[in-house]
Amino acid sequence: MRKALVWTLGLTLWLGLVGSRAMAQTSPAGGTGPLVWALTGGDEKAYQDAVAQYNQKHPAAKITLQLFPNEPYKQKLLVAMGAGNPPDLFFNWGGGILKSYVDAGNVADLTADFAKDPTWKSRLFPAVLAAGTFGGKIYGVPINGMQPVMFYINNKVFQEVGAQPPKTWSELMAVIPKFKAKGKALLAVAGADRWTYLMYIEYLVDRLGGSQVFTDIAAGKPDAWSHPAMLKANEMIQELVKQGAFVKGYTGTSYGTGQSTALLTSGRAGMQLMGSWDYPNILAGSPDFIAKGSLAWMPFPTIEGGTGSPGDVVGAASNLYSVTSKSTHKAELLDFLKTNILSDSNIDVLLKNGSVPPVIGLEAKIAKAPQAAWLSFVYSIAKNAPSFQLSWDQALPPAAADALLTNLEQVFLVKITPKQFSDNMNKAMKR
Amino acid sequence: MTDAAGAGAGRDSDGPGLAMPVDAAPPGARAGRKRGERGGPNLAMALPALAMFGGFALAPMVLVFVLGFTQWSGLGKPVWTGLSNWHEAVHDPVTQGAGWLTLKLMITSWLVQTPICLLLGVFIAGRQRYRSVLAVIYFVPLLLSTVAIGITFRALLDPNFGVSAAPSLAFLAHDWLGDEDLAFYSIVAVVSWQFIPFHTLLYQAGVRQIPRIIYEAAIVDGAGRLAMFWYITLPQLRYTIVTSSMLILVGSLTYFDLVYVMTGGGPGFATRLLPLDMFLSAFSRREMGRASAIASLLVGGGLLLSLVLVRFSGFARMRSQQEGL
Repeated sequence: MRKALVWTLGLTLWLGLVGSRAMAQTSPAGGTGPLVWALTGGDEKAYQDAVAQYNQKHPAAKITLQLFPNEPYKQKLLVAMGAGNPPDLFFNWGGGILKSYVDAGNVADLTADFAKDPTWKSRLFPAVLAAGTFGGKIYGVPINGMQPVMFYINNKVFQEVGAQPPKTWSELMAVIPKFKAKGKALLAVAGADRWTYLMYIEYLVDRLGGSQVFTDIAAGKPDAWSHPAMLKANEMIQELVKQGAFVKGYTGTSYGTGQSTALLTSGRAGMQLMGSWDYPNILAGSPDFIAKGSLAWMPFPTIEGGTGSPGDVVGAASNLYSVTSKSTHKAELLDFLKTNILSDSNIDVLLKNGSVPPVIGLEAKIAKAPQAAWLSFVYSIAKNAPSFQLSWDQALPPAAADALLTNLEQVFLVKITPKQFSDNMNKAMKR
Repeated sequence: MTDAAGAGAGRDSDGPGLAMPVDAAPPGARAGRKRGERGGPNLAMALPALAMFGGFALAPMVLVFVLGFTQWSGLGKPVWTGLSNWHEAVHDPVTQGAGWLTLKLMITSWLVQTPICLLLGVFIAGRQRYRSVLAVIYFVPLLLSTVAIGITFRALLDPNFGVSAAPSLAFLAHDWLGDEDLAFYSIVAVVSWQFIPFHTLLYQAGVRQIPRIIYEAAIVDGAGRLAMFWYITLPQLRYTIVTSSMLILVGSLTYFDLVYVMTGGGPGFATRLLPLDMFLSAFSRREMGRASAIASLLVGGGLLLSLVLVRFSGFARMRSQQEGL
């Protein structure tokens, strides 16, 4: 009896071990070609197109593309990296999260490959590689449209309330009561997502104190969060809240389910501060809204007395593909990145989707595209921006980014003062 | 990943509780116990189940406990930090707040769900046809996935496009998920909507097992409906009540998915329950050690709670409720 027990136990353990080993060996690619992870939505079509082009030419070692939704993807990637079982090529945002993988030795250095092929680098906007460059080494290749943040405007609502879209901050504050009088709100914001709050403080701080304020924060300078521009920006946010600039119920409104954008397109709010990635959504969800000319857009207003350049832009330069250091397919992937990513036909797919890739000399192509007015606006503000600040939650290390989102929400809920925000963040950066 | 497994294991621990009331039922169960006394099946037959339980529940739980003493971002090697995670987890105001909120969820869930389930269960235990039809309708939420429920209610409770926009129904016009004072109760309501069918089913089964002769005797003695409910149904349902309560309390302790989908813990910290706090520590702040410490506290809390409930409710003794029948 006892012998049988021991044998069965032993057998079970052994089978378990063999089983898991076999799984570990076959899972990385599922086939002989490289495995690529990217996100659903947005420029999904362009990722699929690039892979299809490659696979046509390389039938023997095809690329497998797997697409995931945004939030679960971040966790899946972390677990896969930590468990030593990553894909060969992975979608990312650059910045702090990519740096954490670079620091852990999970990402391949592409500096030498870029040096070997100067034309690869020279056709891209110089600023765009910065998000994936750490200590002078390049770890990421841009793959899709630039994502500057701007105000989306509902022209019709502005006409209804008898106001002009505000070009300066004092104009903006002056319009708020006009909207309230008509039972509408000036600003739609998806507070449940928290990163939507971030875009306000990013622009306010930049317009007030210039791009250096955040550069100091990212560099970890002591008490950098206590900069006067930071305190002033949070005061201005709380003033917006107190004046009732935001739409009713904004703290529970979410972006992902399309609620906040629906507030804009249905005419309940006049403007929404959002990245360029929302344009394809509006184009797909309410094409009439664009066709009838109700949608307009403009850069974030200037602030009287601010020292930042009015041309500065925040958002994301572009998403990146990075090669994992474990990948045995680096040569094939470099070929894929050079010939199929942001190739001529791939750029056409992106433009058709309303996205503008960070490639030099696209003016002629854009003029011929169906959404030319929109595309050339995005192209020009991104091209001419003296500073293109990567979204703070991406630029900071994960723990600091989480503290930032948490504390900023407390500012929007008027639960903490601007001073408390700065103190909390200074503390969070030290950890 | 391991955290989720750890929390899941906590929920597993109440699994046996579900099987027990069947044991308490007189005819079938008694025969089963007799078979067991004669020696029963070979112990080796339990090995595959034991191996699964050990490999996927116990081992991860032990690993999570050990991870609680380290600092680890999920990448690279964990660094031993001793008790600091535990100290921080207990003293952090956000985690403390999450702990109190979890306790509040346990109590309000129990207070809301138990009476409703008990009455509904007694109601649909009746053999009338219209009651069977109603029972089918009541059970619909049980068939839906939690995420689907979360997304649906999120849309329904939207302040601009949901029920609050319903014309001439002013009492619905609240910001159900965006108001810090309301969000928690909105969550309690949706959780109850999701789980009341299940507990109703338990009570229905419990009521149907009560022998009719007891009621017949009571009727002969001239007892009214209320008296029968109070002196027969309720005492006879004792173990069902304990089972259902245990599931509600331990389930609330580990509740995560619906809150994650509906509010993500917000606005502010208004719905940040302990399991959500654990998840955000792990995957948003990348503090796996801290999250593991919280996970271990949750497992410990769940175990303790189950033990206390079993001991003080007399559940473990399983004395017959039908002596003399």
